Amino acid sequence: MKKVISVVMVAMMAICMLAGCGKSKDAGAIKVGSIGPTTGDYAQYGLAVENAMKMAADEINALGGLQFEVLGEDDQGDPTMAVNAYNREMEKGMQALLGTVTSGACAAVAAEAYKERVFLLTPSASNPAVNEGKDNVYQVCFTDPNQGASAALTIKNLGLGTKIAIIWNNAQDYSTSIYQSFTAKAAEIGLDVVVKDATFSDDSNADFSVQLQKAADAGADLVFLPIYYTPVAAIMQQAKAAGYNFKFFGVDGMDGLLAIDGFDTSLAEGSYMLTPFDANKTDSKTTAFVSNYKAKFGDVPNQFAADAYDAMYIFYAACQDLGITAETSAKDVCEKMIPWMQKYTYTGLTGDNMVWGADGCVSKAATAYVIRNGQYASVQ
Amino acid sequence: MSTFLSNLISGVSLGSVYAIIALGYTMVYGIAKMLNFAHGDVIMIGAYMCFVMMFNLNTPAFVGVLIAMAVCTLLGITIERLAYKPLRQATSLSVLITAIGMSYFLQNLAQLIWGANPKSFKSVIPSGGLSLMGGSLKISYVTIVTIIASVLIMVVLTLFVNHTKMGKAMRCVSEDRGAAELMGVNVDLTITVTFAIGSALAAIAAVLMCSAYPTLKPTTGSMPGIKAFTAAVFGGIGSIPGAMLGGILLGVIEILGKAYVSSELGDAFVFAVLILVLLVKPTGLLGKKIHEKV
Repeated sequence: MKKVISVVMVAMMAICMLAGCGKSKDAGAIKVGSIGPTTGDYAQYGLAVENAMKMAADEINALGGLQFEVLGEDDQGDPTMAVNAYNREMEKGMQALLGTVTSGACAAVAAEAYKERVFLLTPSASNPAVNEGKDNVYQVCFTDPNQGASAALTIKNLGLGTKIAIIWNNAQDYSTSIYQSFTAKAAEIGLDVVVKDATFSDDSNADFSVQLQKAADAGADLVFLPIYYTPVAAIMQQAKAAGYNFKFFGVDGMDGLLAIDGFDTSLAEGSYMLTPFDANKTDSKTTAFVSNYKAKFGDVPNQFAADAYDAMYIFYAACQDLGITAETSAKDVCEKMIPWMQKYTYTGLTGDNMVWGADGCVSKAATAYVIRNGQYASVQ
Repeated sequence: MSTFLSNLISGVSLGSVYAIIALGYTMVYGIAKMLNFAHGDVIMIGAYMCFVMMFNLNTPAFVGVLIAMAVCTLLGITIERLAYKPLRQATSLSVLITAIGMSYFLQNLAQLIWGANPKSFKSVIPSGGLSLMGGSLKISYVTIVTIIASVLIMVVLTLFVNHTKMGKAMRCVSEDRGAAELMGVNVDLTITVTFAIGSALAAIAAVLMCSAYPTLKPTTGSMPGIKAFTAAVFGGIGSIPGAMLGGILLGVIEILGKAYVSSELGDAFVFAVLILVLLVKPTGLLGKKIHEKV
């Protein structure tokens, strides 16, 4: 009996070893990493990134030239889990990381990637802590300070509000840093921010009655929302239910609001936002992306998906220019990419003529939109 | 003054949602003596079912609610039979861990079926509300319906437990499972019926919760579930009126804490209540004192 068991166990061990080999059968593919919250509270953002990145890789692979394999890992938006995911992808032979999705997690992973000289291009982590002091970390999205300042300027220039209340998530790096840059710019240009302490600490928070009450008590006419679209939807619904009549102003995290199943888009009517991506744009690139994404995944893609799609195409262009193949080591990829990024100009879904500085920040135009008839419309 | 009153009303609205969820928790705990941490996720499934019926299949609201109740009841029975019944003799810690595992399973199942993007639930109750004090205060119809529903459920449950044969069996199982079995009570059936009722209540809670707070995601049930558990402990876990009282008080404490101390500490107040109750009066406000048998 013992003999039988030991034979079975040896056989199982042998199978396990073979199973390890099976994964790398696609030896010719360049391995890019993707890390994001594909489960849990932030799953809608992480899945958008992973889906769009895989879709872009499939399109590129279908061209028949360079082949890409996207390694996807879940981090639930948590820094510790993100570093673990990064290590797992390194073991699988990742050559460059196109992630992570959320700012807090990305800052932790970027520190590792900087030490190990792995090139990192994040689609959507917009906090300055992500690339500060790191020469190998680049962003596709706007940086937060850039957005906060543009939001303040837009409100001032268009004369949208005189008394501003801010509802923000102070447990989130993204929201906090836009809040800080917004209030700094507002003070500089003389915008009156009347409510700063209407904070919350969790995007799954359902009740915003207290925050809205604060804004109403202070006599605010415009509420600035530097937060993601899920809490924005809840805030708009509760403002309507309580009979408040605020004008809302959001940032790029608000993109996706109008595509929520069952959302009454009349609630968002007349709201303003800054976003680099508009799913209703009629240029051929956007329409092809949106219809393919919808056909594949059933949802209208949001700004996160567009950023990820752009990131994949930027990396594809780099691989062609620099002769990167599946054999190039991660270190070599990194040293080749850094000077290349600073010279490259990219026009994609989320901006025309995007260029990068040595600090890793992108420069592209932030476009202000107003929501009319359930669609983005130009503010002019 | 009117700000305070309007915060108070917000607190009662939030509390009524906790109360109706806590009723399901306390019912299952009182009889099966187990914390069903998957209760919040059964609520989430119920809300999705109602959403699918109303939004995708365009049925009237009451059909959606009935289907959600039917699905949740079946789900509750299935969970109990598959996951908890084999652990009847195991330690309560094993059952607790299984319940947490079930909670994650349901969340990820929902994400697989409906995706991670949030849905916006359409209220089954007409929007608007009663204006008080010349329009400066507003209490929404959803809140009124939720409170009435919680009171009704509380009364019916109390009557059911105290005056029916099945209710008697439930009290027996709650008091001493072994003795009940010896006396010819079908323990397995009793516990299954308890789960069925608890899960049907979850569907009602789901519809009312999402009518008041319409964002629906695979994780929608988890936070309210944990807070309702706190409410049940606060009121005295196992006590049906206690769940109602605990829920309302907890909602008021959360909102007043947010309004007058710090808006980011809402959750902290809720869980501070849990710690305080466990330290000072572990049996809760209306709970019975339990003498440990040695």
